[in-house]
Amino acid sequence: MDFNLTEEQQQIRDEVRKVCREFPDTYWREVDKQRGYPDAFVKKLTELGWLAALIPEEYGGSGLGITEGSIILAEINRSGGSATACHAQMYTMGTLLRHGSAEQKKRYLPKIATGELRLQAFGVTEPNAGSETTRIETTATKRGDKYVIKGEKIFISRAQESDLMLLLARTTPYDELKDKTRGLSVFIVDMRNAKGKLEIKPLDIMINHHTNALFFDGLEVPAENLIGEEGMGFRYIIDGWNAERILVAAEAIGDGRWFVERAANYAKERVVFDRPIGANQGIQFPIAQAYARIEAADLVRFQAATKFDRKERCGAEANMAKLLASEAAWEAANACLNTHGGYGFAAEYDVERKFRETRLLTIAPVSNNLVLAFLAQHVLGMPKSY
Amino acid sequence: MNIIVCAKVIPASSVIIELDPAAKTMVRKGVPHELDPAAASALEEALRLTEKQGGTVTVLTMGIADAVIGIRSALAMGAHSAIHVLDDAVAGSDTLGTAKILAAVIKKENPDLVLCASESSDSYSGIVAGQLAWLLGIPALTFAKEIAVDGKKVTIKRQSLTGYDVCESELPALIAVASGINEPRYPQLKGIMAAKKKEIKKYTAADLGLGADQVGAAGAKEKVLSIGRPPARAAGKIVNDEGEGGKQIADFLAELKVI
Repeated sequence: MDFNLTEEQQQIRDEVRKVCREFPDTYWREVDKQRGYPDAFVKKLTELGWLAALIPEEYGGSGLGITEGSIILAEINRSGGSATACHAQMYTMGTLLRHGSAEQKKRYLPKIATGELRLQAFGVTEPNAGSETTRIETTATKRGDKYVIKGEKIFISRAQESDLMLLLARTTPYDELKDKTRGLSVFIVDMRNAKGKLEIKPLDIMINHHTNALFFDGLEVPAENLIGEEGMGFRYIIDGWNAERILVAAEAIGDGRWFVERAANYAKERVVFDRPIGANQGIQFPIAQAYARIEAADLVRFQAATKFDRKERCGAEANMAKLLASEAAWEAANACLNTHGGYGFAAEYDVERKFRETRLLTIAPVSNNLVLAFLAQHVLGMPKSY
Repeated sequence: MNIIVCAKVIPASSVIIELDPAAKTMVRKGVPHELDPAAASALEEALRLTEKQGGTVTVLTMGIADAVIGIRSALAMGAHSAIHVLDDAVAGSDTLGTAKILAAVIKKENPDLVLCASESSDSYSGIVAGQLAWLLGIPALTFAKEIAVDGKKVTIKRQSLTGYDVCESELPALIAVASGINEPRYPQLKGIMAAKKKEIKKYTAADLGLGADQVGAAGAKEKVLSIGRPPARAAGKIVNDEGEGGKQIADFLAELKVI
């Protein structure tokens, strides 16, 4: 058992850290204020190949594992930035890589690796089917050599900052299915050619997350854009969930480290009643507690990532990492806000921005309650509770 | 054209430097290290020159084992190979000792051009470049803010107080680059992966034929008499603007002969 990063992993972390220094608090504060997209940051990461880390070398990426991917994303959030703006460019292609045809991989992956094609939108969630993915209603009806898409999607992030989208749509009506996990299919949708048939409506939400409602009105997708077999789409997207959970856990760890560092620094510097506020146990203990929880969650994150990279089953660990890391980050966020007092609410301290951002991670990409339900049912063998 | 870049690896910019009062040095062991940004600028120039004209870039570092992280960084930026002088016997070398060690390696490699920073970003002696050129018996072109190589001739623009001087030399030569000569590139992820496979040659003082009388703490001719932190800055002057603030600031600056 070795708890240290390898020399290469340390180097990855250090080099990402250097790049992030070019994008300080003021950069992210302004992007947040404008509700903008961090174009310059994403461009820089793309140029340097960081978002192609997981794409195999034969397709122009670096062929690294989830462990390294998670180190990259954690470092972005630890620097004060927000990896959610571009993390999906790193992992959405996983579904294509695992289940796409040789021709599809050859056509898309090299361009995704260079950033010429952005694939960072995944259309799954719907207004009438949140966590219950098997009940989605958007249909893909086969007509000749095309599928015709009709329906609505919601909370589809970065649809406007992506050229391609993976789309989960129903190809067999729910009532006709014996196995309710069948009947859904995954498509590669080229959104650049979708005008008039796909309406993208940005949603105004608590954080600057570039998320949208999507309305499909007879959008035609070539049949050759079907990934894998028709009706197997739910299985394909489940395969990507563990990777996503580990990466999101790492982002939460990054957030948590940022909060603890800011809180501890402020507690050392801020003098009230003639002494630093960090001399009070009421201030320092919650920060120390949050620190311990983050470090503990980080161990589970690396355990999950290691198992994933060894191609071992890691559903339990990936879910636990996401649960523990998002909760630890949220605890750290509260400790940081409490330490800063009124200043924590001032945008110029960046705490309120990160506070809002990290709160999402307890809800998305999966609610922590559903993680608990998974652990209770599938790991501990208790009855299904939902 | 084959270039050697002398690249120091120093405590990372995030490190708060601790001083060792007994050894009268800064504490290097146990703190994170990185490639000196000043050396990264020299490397960037070397990479640009070889990208245009062909040839190889070798990074030369004398430093503790932890320096390898900075060496890997240099290789990830695009240097073709590296040499690490790693030996407890060279610890505590003064500037002349350091120059002797670097010169011994460079003589073995026989490059067309040696590039280095004008001074390192941790100890700022600014002496090694000159000593090194003297030991190698080649011209030293210093404070270069622009470099052009044409065949066997190198021309630089040397930063001066009022502008720049144009200096020319035959190769081989040593060039110390001015700070801010360029914006060093960030390594690409692929560069980091490729760096793993690049060679880092290791030398000890004995390999270079240098004894304890010439290098290391025992061979040092410079003696550090004392070491300490600079005095805390005095409180600044606050001008309360009651209509005359601008004038008061102007008078203050005039008094300092800034304006």
